[in-house]
Amino acid sequence: MSDITGAVLAQTLASGLLWGFVYSLIALGLTVIFGVMDIVNFAHGDFLMISMFVAYVFNASFGMNALVSLPFNAALLFVFGVIIYKVLIKPVLTAPPLAQIFSTFGLLVFLRGLAQFIFKADYKTLENLTLQGRVDFLGIFFSKPQMVASAGAVIMFIVMYLFITKTKTGWALLAVAENKQAAALMGINSDRMYALAWGLGAACVGVAGALLANFYYVFPEVGAVFGFLAFVTVALGGFGSIQGAFWAGLIIGVTEALAGTFIAPSLKYLVVFSIYLLVVLIRPRGLMGHTS
Amino acid sequence: MSVVTGDHQASAEKGMSEAERLISQEKVVALIGSYHSGVTATASQVAERNGIPFVNADSTSPTLITRGFKWFFRTTPDDDMFAANFFQFLNDLKTKGTIKDPKLAILSENTLWGTDVTKAENRFAKESNYTVVSDINYPAKSTNVSSEVQKIKASGANIVLQASYASDAILYMKTYKELDYNPDAILAMDAGFVDTEFLKALGKDGEYILSREVWALDLAKNKPLVEKVNTIYKAKYGINMTGNSARAFTAAMTLLDAINRAGSTDPAAIKKALEETNIPADQLVMPWKGIKFDPTTHQNVLGQGIIVQIQNSEYVTVWPWDLASKPLIWPTPIWDNRK
Repeated sequence: MSDITGAVLAQTLASGLLWGFVYSLIALGLTVIFGVMDIVNFAHGDFLMISMFVAYVFNASFGMNALVSLPFNAALLFVFGVIIYKVLIKPVLTAPPLAQIFSTFGLLVFLRGLAQFIFKADYKTLENLTLQGRVDFLGIFFSKPQMVASAGAVIMFIVMYLFITKTKTGWALLAVAENKQAAALMGINSDRMYALAWGLGAACVGVAGALLANFYYVFPEVGAVFGFLAFVTVALGGFGSIQGAFWAGLIIGVTEALAGTFIAPSLKYLVVFSIYLLVVLIRPRGLMGHTS
Repeated sequence: MSVVTGDHQASAEKGMSEAERLISQEKVVALIGSYHSGVTATASQVAERNGIPFVNADSTSPTLITRGFKWFFRTTPDDDMFAANFFQFLNDLKTKGTIKDPKLAILSENTLWGTDVTKAENRFAKESNYTVVSDINYPAKSTNVSSEVQKIKASGANIVLQASYASDAILYMKTYKELDYNPDAILAMDAGFVDTEFLKALGKDGEYILSREVWALDLAKNKPLVEKVNTIYKAKYGINMTGNSARAFTAAMTLLDAINRAGSTDPAAIKKALEETNIPADQLVMPWKGIKFDPTTHQNVLGQGIIVQIQNSEYVTVWPWDLASKPLIWPTPIWDNRK
């Protein structure tokens, strides 16, 4: 009996971790945007949906693999993020926070409706995928595409972390995040930095979309499922914290898996949210968030 | 005979007012409808009040026949009977010696439909002495279901009775494969597993799934009448019949048979003739044993569903045995042995 439980525990941890990396990666883009300009992008999950549909379109029209189209996903989503900033976010920057909330929420409704109009509500899967199947390691199964996604997540986190902390542009982003006026006095164009933050945030979720589309089906509502978890991840890790999002994603993935297997599947999200509430009660700024 | 139609637009209120209109203004002598159980519930109330026979072709909610109505007749089997079919099927397998004492997992999504299915399946499992080792209601539309599959796998269940909508059904199949879970069979409550997306998304990984169905075109192999009627239908509408059109056709024929026997268009005479209905199986395009209404509930007691299996990307009838177009493949080959 203890043998079975041991194997089940190991498998649960493995599955939980693999999903945790995906959750972290999806939350990365959200936390980047928030970190720089204190705006919550409610349409974040739908940016993910767009990226998945980009992967789908590349796949359906050119037979391109999601892993091959990944750079295009990142580039296209970067441009998309910048456009959204210029058209939608910039005008409401000085508006009351409610206006900002409603503008990104409106964007969510718009993008979802648009996707449903263009692609219909069907579930689509990419074809001719590579790196599928699973690896059997001591009786524990690891899904190959999820391992690829996890590796991608780790790489993206390292790249983003290094970019923000080690490059001049990264420092400029941090400076604008800290104090917009002071940064402007130092000759930093905050408008460009904001646009860059939106571009980078969207590009991150673009990468996540390509990696996710490699094993998950695409449909207009897909953002709702993952977007919600991304908010919890960011809030748990600390708004604006890159490392925080990374660890929070893993915690959520593992908690969800453990609760589902050892308590009850219907309670898995309840346990995840309880942990989140607990952390926020004790430490309102999240695990690794900065004090404002 | 002439048909007057009313469009209820899937709304219970509209169904009620359309029924009023058809009875009071169009002076119809009987009603047929209304697919959605909710609409059938209200429209048949109007018929009951006015003393007009209401023949229901296709609403499967079990509560419709527990209302004590005198003018309401239902030809289609309901959800309870479909769930019971699973256990008749399993009993048949037991008799054949294919299975001995299987361990069942009941896996359903957590909205109204899934919870109702779970209740019915648990009841039938108890009645027929099956061991349920795992009973899971999972949150519909979750991002991943690995813990659910882990739980079922650890329970040692070798038959899964599953009720899922399309996205969940696809996700479960992928996770079964990923975690190498190899039950003897997955018995599905149609829905997600007969959705057009299911096979498109899964391809070969969707093979061998068993699902309940109300009707299938391949019944024609054992019932020449199906082919005949479908040819006429196709010539007129350009498409093949489905479970819904076949059931609607059957209800209309049942009503016409009653009117003929009544020899009158008096609603009371039609009702009396309906109560005496006795149509044998060979006169039906449905996989039923006939049509005969229960004297009090007016439910057709001879109805039954079929079980289809996905074989070479097609849903083929495998049960009841006498209507099967292909033999059942049991147990499901394990993942490692599949190409």
